[in-house]
Amino acid sequence: MEIGLGHYLTVAAILFTLGVFGIFLNRKNVITILMSIELMLLAVNINFVAFSVYLHDLVGQVFAMFVLTVAAAESAIGLAILVVYHRNRGTIAVEDINMMKG
Amino acid sequence: MIVESFVFYTFSTVLLLAGVMVISSRNPVHSVLFLVLAFFLGAGLFVLLGAEFLAMTLIIVYVGAVAVLFLFVVMMLDINFAELRQGFLRYLPVGALIGVVLVAELVMVATRWGLSPMVPAKAGSPMPPTDQVTNSHALGHIIYTDYVYLFQASGLVLLIAMIGAIVLTQRHRPQVRRQNISDQINRRAEDVVQVRQVPTRGGI
Repeated sequence: MEIGLGHYLTVAAILFTLGVFGIFLNRKNVITILMSIELMLLAVNINFVAFSVYLHDLVGQVFAMFVLTVAAAESAIGLAILVVYHRNRGTIAVEDINMMKG
Repeated sequence: MIVESFVFYTFSTVLLLAGVMVISSRNPVHSVLFLVLAFFLGAGLFVLLGAEFLAMTLIIVYVGAVAVLFLFVVMMLDINFAELRQGFLRYLPVGALIGVVLVAELVMVATRWGLSPMVPAKAGSPMPPTDQVTNSHALGHIIYTDYVYLFQASGLVLLIAMIGAIVLTQRHRPQVRRQNISDQINRRAEDVVQVRQVPTRGGI
């Protein structure tokens, strides 16, 4: 059976849903939430590359590369904030992060 | 063709299983390692699609940098992960409900969508034939010409992320004495050394 665009889109859709599901499942753990976001970005990249290959258009791959760049920057900054927060407050539980709440 | 199907189904099955393990693993170190596995298999799917450059970038950026960063933070912070896992089962139904709704929507989109016949003619950068130009060459040709400003901007994003991470995590502790290099260089012998004539049996 020929592997077509629909197969890749299905895999990416299931992976994206797993990422969303992971965010709801681990609502207290910021590190797992960040990992779920990485899974969602991987799913989006699979979509971009699959469309790029099946439409014979390289722009999709260029955009996937930019998504990769922003994802790397995002996780670096996110983990840096996490380290600083843990140093100042001694916890990273999501429900304890409410200092800015009015 | 059989081989391609076999590789695709193997890679995607293991990829989805690794995704399940990332979100459900009890130990966050295992979660990070399953994330690494997921990225390797994603890179495998990219190779299968013919996007070799992105596959290698995925491995270098994610497995080489991001996953190691996650592992470092998980191991460095002293966190009680058992406490963070409480309420896992309480959030399961609402999470499952939202997941099912999302999958249903995506399936509806996936079964009903279609391409306009105009699309193939309107390619922004048509892909050159792969037997003449490799994927990396083709990407390089357009990244350094058509998309050079965006490419530089993404480099700027990485620079700002690097500066931000350093500024956030650097700390000055007042009780720690640090080396002051300019003081050391500005120190002169005539300021700090005295030559005295010491009388015999007299002392100073």
